[in-house]
Amino acid sequence: MQMLQSSIGRKLVMAATGMCLVGFVIVHLLGNSSIFIGANGINAYAEHLHALGPIVWIFRVVLLGLFGLHIFFGIQLTLENRAARPIDYNQKKNIRTSFGAETMIYTGLVILVFAVYHLFHFTMHLTNPEISVSALPMDALGRNDVFTMMILSFQKFFISSIYVGAMVTLLLHLSHGVQSLFQTFGVLNGNTLPIMEKIARAAAIVIFVGFISIPVSILLGLINV
Amino acid sequence: MDLTLYVWRQNGPEEKGKLEQYAAKNVSPDSSFLEMLDEVNEELIGEGIDPIEFDNDCREGICGTCGCVVNGVPHGPQEKTTACQLHMRQFSDGDSLTLEPWRAKAFPVIKDLAVDRDALDKIIQAGGYTSAYTGEVGEANQTLISKPDADYSMDAAACIGCGACVAACPNGSAMLFTSAKIAQMAVLPQGAIEAAERVNSMTEAMLDAGFGNCTNHYECEAACPQGISVKFIAKTNREYVKALAK
Amino acid sequence: MILDGKCPTGPIEKTWDKHCFDMKLVNPANKRKYKILMVGTGLAGGAGAATLGELGYAVEAFCYQDSARRAHSIAAQGGINAAKNYHNDGDSVFRLFYDTIKGGDFRAREADVWRLAQVSNNIIDQCVAQGVPFAREYSGLLSNRSFGGAQVSRTFYARGQTGQQLLLGAYQALSRQVKAGTVKLHPRTEMVDLVVVDGVAKGITVRNLVSGEMESHWGDAVVLATGGYVNVFYLSTNAMGCSVTAAWKACRKGAFMANPCYTQIHPTCIPQSGDHQSKLTLMSESLRNDGRCWVPKRKEDCEKTASEIAEGDRDYYLERKYPSFGNLAPRDIASRAAKEQCDDERGVGPGKRGVYLDFQSSIDRVGEDLIRERYGNLFEMYEKITDENAYKQPMRIYPAPHYSMGGLWVDYNCMSNIPGLFVLGEANFSVHGANRLGASALMQGLADGYFVIPYTIGHYLAGVTPGEVTDEHAEFAKSREEAQARIDKLMNVNGKRSVSSFHRALGKIMWENVGMARSEKSLNFALKEIPALREEFWQNVKVTGKSDQRNGQLEDAGRVADFLEFAEVMATDALHRKESCGGHFRTEFQTDDGEAMRDDENFCYAAAWEYKGEGKAPELHKEPLKFENVKLAVRSYK
Repeated sequence: MQMLQSSIGRKLVMAATGMCLVGFVIVHLLGNSSIFIGANGINAYAEHLHALGPIVWIFRVVLLGLFGLHIFFGIQLTLENRAARPIDYNQKKNIRTSFGAETMIYTGLVILVFAVYHLFHFTMHLTNPEISVSALPMDALGRNDVFTMMILSFQKFFISSIYVGAMVTLLLHLSHGVQSLFQTFGVLNGNTLPIMEKIARAAAIVIFVGFISIPVSILLGLINV
Repeated sequence: MDLTLYVWRQNGPEEKGKLEQYAAKNVSPDSSFLEMLDEVNEELIGEGIDPIEFDNDCREGICGTCGCVVNGVPHGPQEKTTACQLHMRQFSDGDSLTLEPWRAKAFPVIKDLAVDRDALDKIIQAGGYTSAYTGEVGEANQTLISKPDADYSMDAAACIGCGACVAACPNGSAMLFTSAKIAQMAVLPQGAIEAAERVNSMTEAMLDAGFGNCTNHYECEAACPQGISVKFIAKTNREYVKALAK
Repeated sequence: MILDGKCPTGPIEKTWDKHCFDMKLVNPANKRKYKILMVGTGLAGGAGAATLGELGYAVEAFCYQDSARRAHSIAAQGGINAAKNYHNDGDSVFRLFYDTIKGGDFRAREADVWRLAQVSNNIIDQCVAQGVPFAREYSGLLSNRSFGGAQVSRTFYARGQTGQQLLLGAYQALSRQVKAGTVKLHPRTEMVDLVVVDGVAKGITVRNLVSGEMESHWGDAVVLATGGYVNVFYLSTNAMGCSVTAAWKACRKGAFMANPCYTQIHPTCIPQSGDHQSKLTLMSESLRNDGRCWVPKRKEDCEKTASEIAEGDRDYYLERKYPSFGNLAPRDIASRAAKEQCDDERGVGPGKRGVYLDFQSSIDRVGEDLIRERYGNLFEMYEKITDENAYKQPMRIYPAPHYSMGGLWVDYNCMSNIPGLFVLGEANFSVHGANRLGASALMQGLADGYFVIPYTIGHYLAGVTPGEVTDEHAEFAKSREEAQARIDKLMNVNGKRSVSSFHRALGKIMWENVGMARSEKSLNFALKEIPALREEFWQNVKVTGKSDQRNGQLEDAGRVADFLEFAEVMATDALHRKESCGGHFRTEFQTDDGEAMRDDENFCYAAAWEYKGEGKAPELHKEPLKFENVKLAVRSYK
C-alpha cells in the first residue's frame, strides 16, 4: 500500500499499466488489420472473440482496471505536480521535453473520451444504431457483419475524422509514454535513453499509421463493400 | 553593451511580486552575469532604490548558492553553467532579459530572486548519507571500488544542490537532486548497505517537502549546471524496485 | 605576555597519543547535558559538529549560507594530503610533518603539525567510509597525484572537486545528526558577537539574515570554524560572504589574533580582466603537475601570441630557478616568481599582469584525452571565464589572495586564550606557519573537526558545570543591544558612497601595500590610509533597505566595517615582523637573488595581537617556537 503513496511507486504503476495498455493497443491494431483481408477476415476475428465467452469479460474487467488505475494516478499525479508550482513563470522555455510529454494529461483525457465514444459506437451501438451489426443483415456465413458496419461508418467523413483525431492524440501520448515507461522501469542508462526515445517515437508512429490506415483506406475507397 | 532587464521584485514570502524594468548600461562582455547585476545594483543604490537581492557566494560555479531563471531558463542560456559563471558575452547589445526566482512551492521566495531551499537539506537529512561513525572505520584501500563505479558515483556526486532541476522541471520535482545522491551511494559498497532504506526515505521526504513527481520530461538534465544525467533517475527507479523486492 | 601553547612534551611520535590519554573525559550519559555552539559549517565546522553530535553532545551549528553544504571549503579543487605511502615512494608521517614544517617556513608549532600528519591517514579512511568518491585506479585502489612543496605523491582527489566531495561527506554526516536530533542547524545566521561571562566564552549573539532579528544562544563551549580573512584584499579567491567578522568579534572580546600578516597568495589564478571584477578564480595547483610556467625572454615578445614565440625565446622561470622542484615549487615561491617576471615587464595578456601555464608538452607526451580526464572541468571553467581554449593556447595565470595562515591564537587543544572558545580550521593559526602547502587546508579542516576537537573539547567540558550560564545572563542582553546599536549606526550614516566602493578601496590599499611584497614604507602608508578610510566609512557609507528583513547591503557593510578594523592589525603585524618568511615577504629582507631572508634569531615566534580598542595600538604577545625535531634551516627548493 505504501507503494501507492510513494512518488516512484505510483510512477511504476503508471508505467506498468501503460505498458499493458500499449500491449492492448497493439493487439487491437492487429485484430483490426484483419479488415484488409476483407469481410472474411474481420468477421471471423469478431466471431472468434465472441466465442471466448467469459474470457472476454475477464479481459474486459482487467482492461477496465488498468484504465482505471492509469487514469486515477495520472490525474492524481498531475494535480500534485501542478500544486508543486503554485505561481507560474512569466517566461519559461523548455529545452528538452516534447509537446507530447507536456500534454500527457490532455491527450490522456481525450483518449478516455474517445474510448467511451468508441464503445458507444461499435460495442453498444448507441451513437449510430442504423449502421450497427444488429441493424445490418448477417454475412454470407451467418456471422455479424462487422466488415460492412466498419465500412459504412468510416465512409462518413465525420466519424472518420473523430477516429483520426483521436489517433493523433494517441500518437502524442505514446511518443512520450513508451520511452518514459522504460525509463521508469529503470532499464535505461545514459547511452540507451536517446536510442529508446527514437524507438518509442517510431513505434508510436507505426501504431498511429496502422490505426488511421483503416478509416483513411475506407474514405479513399480502397476498401469497399 | 546595453541591456534591458525585467526583474522579479518581491518583498517577502507572503507579499505579491511583480516584474520591474531596469536598464543595464555599458556592460562589459567580460563581466559575469552576477557582476552585471552588481553594477545595476550600484546604479540603483545611487538612485535611492533598494538593490535587487539575489543569493550568491563562491562565484566560481561550485557552491550552488546562486541562480535565477533568465529568459525562461534556469541559470541562463549557456549549457552546464551557473549564473555566476555565465558571462555577458553570451548576450548581445540591446537584449532584454527577464529574471525570475526559482518557482516551486517547496522554494518560498525570501526576497526578489532569493529563495529558501531548506527543502533540499531535508531530503538529504532523510537518508543521504552512510551511517559511518567517526573513528576506526577500516583502512581506505581495504575495500576496492572499480574505476567505472567510482567514476559513476562521482558523476552523480558532482551535484551542487542549486535547485535548477526543480526550477526547470514542469512538475517542480526534485527527482534529479534526490536521485543523484541515491545513485552516488547505491553504487558504492559503503552506501549499498543502506540503499533500500535510503531510496524510500529520501523520495518520501521529497514529496513531504512539497516537490512534484517526476514524469520524465528531462528538463532537469538540460538545466543542470553540472550536467547530471537522468540516468541516475533510472538507477533510482531500479533501486526502488530492488527495495520493493526486499 | 609570553604565551604557552601547552604542547605535550616527550618524543614527538608519542605526543598526541599520550595527550589523548592524559585528557579528561565526559561521561557518555552526561554529554547531552552540554551544549556546544559551532559557528561555521565548512570542513572543520561541519566535521566537528557532526562528530560532536555523534558523541552525544547537544550541538547547535550556525552558518551565514543558506545551507551548511555551501561553505567555501566546497571550492577547494586539488586534493587532500595523507601520509599513506601507497606509492612506495618514501612517504611517512614524519615526511609529511617535515614537509609541512618546512613548507611553513619554520613558523608553525611542531606538536600541532605532527598531530596533523598523524591523523591524515584516518581522514582518508573516514571519507571513504562516508562514500566520498575519490579517484581510483583500474585496480580499484585509491589514486594519488603530486602537489607543490612535496617530492612524494600523497594527494588524494576527486576530480577537480575534492573540497566539494569532502564537504558533502561532512555535510551528510551532519545531516545524519540533524535527523538524529543531536545537531540543530541555523542557516542564514551570522555571528555578530561573542558573549564572554567572567572571562569565559559562554555564548554568541547572532543576526538572523532573513528577519534581521538579533538572537542570543548560550553554550558551554563556543567553537569558531569561520574560515579566513583574505577578502580584506577585496579581490580574492574566497567566496563573497567570507569575512573576518566572527573572528574579529572574538578579538574585540579579548581573543588574540596570531600572525595576521601570513596570507597566502595563490600562484595559479585567472588574471583580472577589468574593474567590474568581483572575485578572482583559482585554477587548481594540481595543474602545475602537467603545466609549465613561462614568460617571454624578451620584453618585446610580450605583445606576440604564445605560438609566435619560439621555444628558445621562452623563459621557463620556475624550472630555471628551482631545478629540483621546478613547476611544483611551493605557492609563496611560485607566486613571487610570477610577480618578479611581471615586474620585469615580461608579463603577458591584458595589463601585462600574467604568465603562461602551458600544457603543450604534456599534451604531446600523454595526449589531450588524459589531460582532459585530469583537468577537464578546470579547462572548461577557464574557457567560460576567459573565452580561451587552453588545449590550444597556454592558460594565463596570475597570483591572487587565497588563504590566511594567520588566525586566532589557540593552544595545542585548539582553545583560544579565552577559556571555552575553540577555533578550528583556517580560522586558527596553528599548523601552516607562514605558508601553507597545497592540499593541506582540507587536511587541517577535517583533522581539527573529526579528530582533534572531539577529544580536546571533552577535556575542557569535564571541568565545566553544564548550563551554568544561560542566555538569561545580563551579558547576553548587553551583547544584543550593542550588536543592534552597531546595525542601527550603519543604517543611519546615510552617506553617499556604496559599501562595495569602500571594500574596493580597502582592497586596493591592502593589495598594493600589504600584498605579495611589503616594505616599511608601504606598511606605514597603509597604516595611515586604513584609519582614514575607516573614518570616511562611518561618515559616508550608504546602506539601503531596512534592517528588519533580508538586506545584502547591510550584511556586507558589517563585514567591511570589521575588515577596516582588522586590516590595521594585519598591517601592524607585517610592519613589526622585520624578516621575510613564507607568505610574508618584506622587500628589505631578501637575499641577492631575491629569496626570502628569515631572521630566526629575532622572529622565531608566533605574534599574537591583543585588541586594545579603536584607534589604540594592539598589544603584542609572543609564543616562542621551538624546533626539536626539524632543524631550522634556510628553506631551499633549488
